[in-house]
Amino acid sequence: MSKVKTTFGRRSFIKSVSIASGGLIIGFNWMACKGPAEEGSEELAMQMPDKWFELNGYLKIGDNGIVTIYSPNPEIGQNVKTSMPMIVAEELDVDWNNVIVEQAPLNTEIFTRQLAGGSQSIRQGWQSLRTAGATARYMLVAAAAKQWDVLQEEITVNNGIIEHAKSGQKIGFGDIAKSAAAIEVPEEVNLKENTDFRIIGTSRKNVDARKIVTGQPLYGLDTHRDGMLIAMVMQPPAFGMEFKNMNAEKAKGLPGITDIFTIDTYPEDMEKEWSDVGSFSKLVVIVGETTWQVMQARKELEVEWDLNPELTKEIEILEKSAGMQDASGLESSDIHNSLMAEAGSKNAEVVRKDGDPEKAFRNAARVIERSYNCPFLAHNCMEPMNFFANVSNGKAELIGPIQTPEYAEKSVQKRLGLDLENIDIQMTRMGGGFGRRLYGHFLVEAAVISEKVGAPIKLVYTREDDMTNGVYRPAYHVTYKAALDANNQLTAFHVNAGGIPESPLFANRFPAGAINNYLAESWVVESNISVGAFRAPRSNFIAGAEQSFLDELAEEMGKDPIEFRLEMLEKAKNKPVGENNDYDPERYAGVLKLARDKSGWNSNSTMARGVSAYYCHNSYVAQILDMTVENNQPLIDKVTCAVDCGIVVNPEAAKNMVEGGTIDGIGHALFSEMTFAEGAPQQSNFDGYRLIRHKEAPKRIDVHFVENGIDPTGLGEPPFPPVQGALANALYKATGKRFYKQPFITGLQGDLKT
Amino acid sequence: MAAITLNINDKEHSFDIDPNTPLLWVLRDHLNLVGTKFGCGIAQCGACTVHFNGSAVRSCQLPASSAAGNKITTIEGLSENGDHPVQKAWLEHDVPQCGYCQAGQIMSATALLKRNPNPTDSEIENAMNGNICRCGTYTRIKAAIKTASNSQEV
Repeated sequence: MSKVKTTFGRRSFIKSVSIASGGLIIGFNWMACKGPAEEGSEELAMQMPDKWFELNGYLKIGDNGIVTIYSPNPEIGQNVKTSMPMIVAEELDVDWNNVIVEQAPLNTEIFTRQLAGGSQSIRQGWQSLRTAGATARYMLVAAAAKQWDVLQEEITVNNGIIEHAKSGQKIGFGDIAKSAAAIEVPEEVNLKENTDFRIIGTSRKNVDARKIVTGQPLYGLDTHRDGMLIAMVMQPPAFGMEFKNMNAEKAKGLPGITDIFTIDTYPEDMEKEWSDVGSFSKLVVIVGETTWQVMQARKELEVEWDLNPELTKEIEILEKSAGMQDASGLESSDIHNSLMAEAGSKNAEVVRKDGDPEKAFRNAARVIERSYNCPFLAHNCMEPMNFFANVSNGKAELIGPIQTPEYAEKSVQKRLGLDLENIDIQMTRMGGGFGRRLYGHFLVEAAVISEKVGAPIKLVYTREDDMTNGVYRPAYHVTYKAALDANNQLTAFHVNAGGIPESPLFANRFPAGAINNYLAESWVVESNISVGAFRAPRSNFIAGAEQSFLDELAEEMGKDPIEFRLEMLEKAKNKPVGENNDYDPERYAGVLKLARDKSGWNSNSTMARGVSAYYCHNSYVAQILDMTVENNQPLIDKVTCAVDCGIVVNPEAAKNMVEGGTIDGIGHALFSEMTFAEGAPQQSNFDGYRLIRHKEAPKRIDVHFVENGIDPTGLGEPPFPPVQGALANALYKATGKRFYKQPFITGLQGDLKT
Repeated sequence: MAAITLNINDKEHSFDIDPNTPLLWVLRDHLNLVGTKFGCGIAQCGACTVHFNGSAVRSCQLPASSAAGNKITTIEGLSENGDHPVQKAWLEHDVPQCGYCQAGQIMSATALLKRNPNPTDSEIENAMNGNICRCGTYTRIKAAIKTASNSQEV
């Protein structure tokens, strides 16, 4: 057992306790003998308690022993709505079958970090979720001890039943909840030993699964309110352009259309939050009764757009300085690629330097240099951006998919001048996030529109709006150089990385720390195209590039690619170079060895195999990919994944996450690309923008977790980046050609066509 | 505007709407049957899949006028209690991540199993290739279809 202070959210605990009220006392934990009740089922409705008692902000206990646990964080498919309550339930010692999960409201006084991002929900929620469960358990036990006049230490709790063996007394949570609510919140509580876990580490089904497979309303786009209008926006067709004027006469006269106007989402004098990333502030808005009517009328709007010199001026200068004749300030992918190649060929800002890399390169017997790049990507959440807003009488009710509700609330406060307590944001289950819904401009737009029309509205983006709206994964470029001496030993390593408009470099990650002479440089190219975090930001490119380069390097050195990495990790462990090395070499090596052993790496295979390993977002992942290429088509047979994320809270769901991240990583590296011409996105729907489909997915994905009992870290992002390297390396084995440019399908099919 | 009567999940519904309104928006906006999802609007992603006389179709491309006189089944009408073998298999394999595309996946899978109760891997892949899952649950979807295929009830 470990003791922890219950200082977090203490104020709100007391506040919550004070609102608990008395109630009927009925049956003795009679539910425990029944089968699991599914949320929303009739059976459960019959079993709802007459009274609830809130022991703290995370949970309330019904007078019949049912426990409602609030899942604090936004759910984007990472399954925290199941796994976070599991952690509370563990320390509470309740029967999971008696637990109902509800999405918590936004409440920063109670909850510590209501954000979906950075694979941090479980890692950062771990302690507070456990403490919340343990605190409630303490209060229930204390209440029973008081009632029976026995020592708390002599009491045991098992599946929602409190027992004092000595006196033979038992009571269910439901029957003691009222008294427990009156117990003073303890200063500190004991947490369980890992070996005592009975829920954590066991697979529990997604609490929303039944609603999902029966099509019940769950998502923001499913929000409906009587009298609600549908709003859509029109944005400029290209980055660097802005609204000039419009003729809305014809559109206004069409059936169902109630209003057409413009809004300025983020006026210049507004103090923005970091999450207020939007590509276009001034938008045309069209409001009507139904989605189809608004879509039809939007086609009849005549809108004139103009160059925005404020935006295009700097880009034009940049283009001219690069010697471009037709510099317009409107960006194109050709120009992007030239600018990146140009920037990548020069010395840039030195971010890390160990030893004397210049000298080592001067003295090298051989230098291997390779460049890698990738395009912009659109997030393409399956549920397009949307939000419900009802702003009236100084109050705002906002319902929808948002990864950053706390920041969005502040944005609405500043934009509409409302008091924070008058802004209510309800988080719906999200049809994907991938970083896109960190940036809540669509929520602010919805609030501004609702205020303007004085009615509840639902803002709906079409796929085209969504895909051409920006906030993309940046385009990146990296050049690696390795110096080999006369004995073919690695003497120096140089990474020069940049992108539009951010660099993907992590200077302190492997192989930094494993090489005596190391140099890392970083640069950026400015752009008007808005970007944002995309699943495993920056790692989502540089992992694959780095792991491809290490593969090529191992081959040049005549080494097995896994052994080569393990040798370097051994050095990083025993004689680390430099400081601030941002990884644990032992855990890194651990996943590589596990993947090697589970995949049968050293046995003969008819498949082309590629390996990769990476550390990001506090978790370690190694992947070995087996494939063939037939008639231009990559056919992926199997991916073996080894993952170290510490304690695995919900194993089957965790496997699902790793499988999904693996498929997603393969898909984006192979197929996806957002290109530009004259500032305009060239792909606007799934006919032009390719996402991985059923046929292209691996036939099999094996997932293995390292068991080490270390506090858990996240899984949403870590499986995504490395598999791109495993894929590139397997493609090389299959085709004899190295793949340096994403999406790989272009190189693969282009090569075979010629 | 025109008067249109649709048979949806074995119930008749009458509307006075633009006959070109895609079935998707009739379901979502007029009937509040929101299990059928909007993903792309151009029949590329499969999120809006429903059954049209038992076959899987993309409701975003099916005008209400063409749906009239035919039997339409949505995810809400697939089974009375969510206990269709395919739905049960989905629960057994805990398929969904974000879950948004899954109703469409299930509608495609049920139509496949109806016409081909024992599909091979490649038949599954072909039948399901029009349904995108952005979270990448493809391997689980395939496993769930196989489980449903092997169940006595299909």
